Amino acid sequence: MEWLSYLPALSRGALITAGITLSAIAIGAVAAFAAGIARVEGGRALSLVALCYTELFRGTSLLVQLFWFYYALPLVGISFEPVATGILVLSLHVGAYGSEIVRGALQSVSVQQHEAARALNFGRAQTLIHITLPQALVEMMPAFGNLAIETLKLSSLVSLISIADLTFRAQSIRNLTLDSAGVYSLTLVGYFAMSLVLMLIMRLIERWVRRGAAFPRAAHS
Amino acid sequence: MMYGFEWDTTTPLTYASSILPIILIGLTVTLQAAAAGFAIALVLGLVFALLRRSRYAAVSWTTAVIVEFLRDTPLLVQLFFLYYVLPDYGITLPAFLTGAIALGLQYSAYTSEVYRGGIEAVPRGQWEAATALNLSRLQTYRDIVVPQIVPRILPAMGNYLVAMIKETPVLSVVTVLEMMGLANMIGERTFEYLVPLTLVGLIFLLLTLICSAGLHRLQKALPKAGIPLR
Repeated sequence: MEWLSYLPALSRGALITAGITLSAIAIGAVAAFAAGIARVEGGRALSLVALCYTELFRGTSLLVQLFWFYYALPLVGISFEPVATGILVLSLHVGAYGSEIVRGALQSVSVQQHEAARALNFGRAQTLIHITLPQALVEMMPAFGNLAIETLKLSSLVSLISIADLTFRAQSIRNLTLDSAGVYSLTLVGYFAMSLVLMLIMRLIERWVRRGAAFPRAAHS
Repeated sequence: MMYGFEWDTTTPLTYASSILPIILIGLTVTLQAAAAGFAIALVLGLVFALLRRSRYAAVSWTTAVIVEFLRDTPLLVQLFFLYYVLPDYGITLPAFLTGAIALGLQYSAYTSEVYRGGIEAVPRGQWEAATALNLSRLQTYRDIVVPQIVPRILPAMGNYLVAMIKETPVLSVVTVLEMMGLANMIGERTFEYLVPLTLVGLIFLLLTLICSAGLHRLQKALPKAGIPLR
């Protein structure tokens, strides 16, 4: 029953993991929509910037990015708190993947919808907000669900830049007790449980989006 | 100095060129780990996909839970688990092999879904036709199913291979000296992380760009109708 004594420390770590994951999902979503919309609707310069961001963060490894921001940037005089670095890098990383989801969904909205909007004299912003985004958002949700789980899993890497998340606590407890099987089994179960909860949350958001509640109805009347 | 190569930190450029040979040695380890991990993922994923289709509910459900568990927990923790727990039960593997197994386990969850999607995309009518023609289960898979799913799953598998290459730096935490591990060690000794880490980032970027271009060509070259096995 000694594994019961790990629970307080592990659950404190789990709280930090949850906090980092949820922040990264929220900030990552902003980055994803900004870059995704810029790729589709932005002018040449804007979409090029978005493309560079996406390729840079999708093309290199998350751990390399974390270490780069943690060890390398301070050498040129830019440094943040470890937690801020962790959240920032994780957000930018998943945001890059998310932007591809946003871009794909926006581009999958049929041409007729654009033509109809044009016929109704909708401006570009109006078309985006009232026509394409509401339809595209429904398409995006399943992929966003997977990305949210991915974010939770990837958040374990922040333990390597000395943030005391679930993985970090597991590592310290194991170094103290040498009970590897107990600690890591408990940690894996913890992550699995958090994944299931996150999946449930994403399902609820998906259902909410499907009902069309995320967008104002004014334009339809 | 590392692997017989001395570094020269006078300017960033000389520094980069002096440590490039060391990083390239790391690159071979990165690629080997990804190749070994992917081979495991391809085989294990197929096993999971077939077990998932078992007639016995107990087997298919157990497989589903295992796959879900592997997919929803972090690679890093799975890696720690294998690295620290296996020796407690008398199984001592080299770090490289432990790393490859961890990569393979995690990605077998993904590949099993790809296999499953591929198998399920074969229309029901074809399975029925195979039964009507009195083909055995083996013949059905060999002559009907596999030739159709191979071109369908190759692009998805390729994407996972690229993703796996990008996750190999995680293995550095259990002392596998791949690219990032080496860059980190160089940084620790010279107190100058910017150049080695940037170099590794650039190599990863180059690697993924080349791989995606290759995948794009592969996707175009694949026959839509299927690849005959005989």
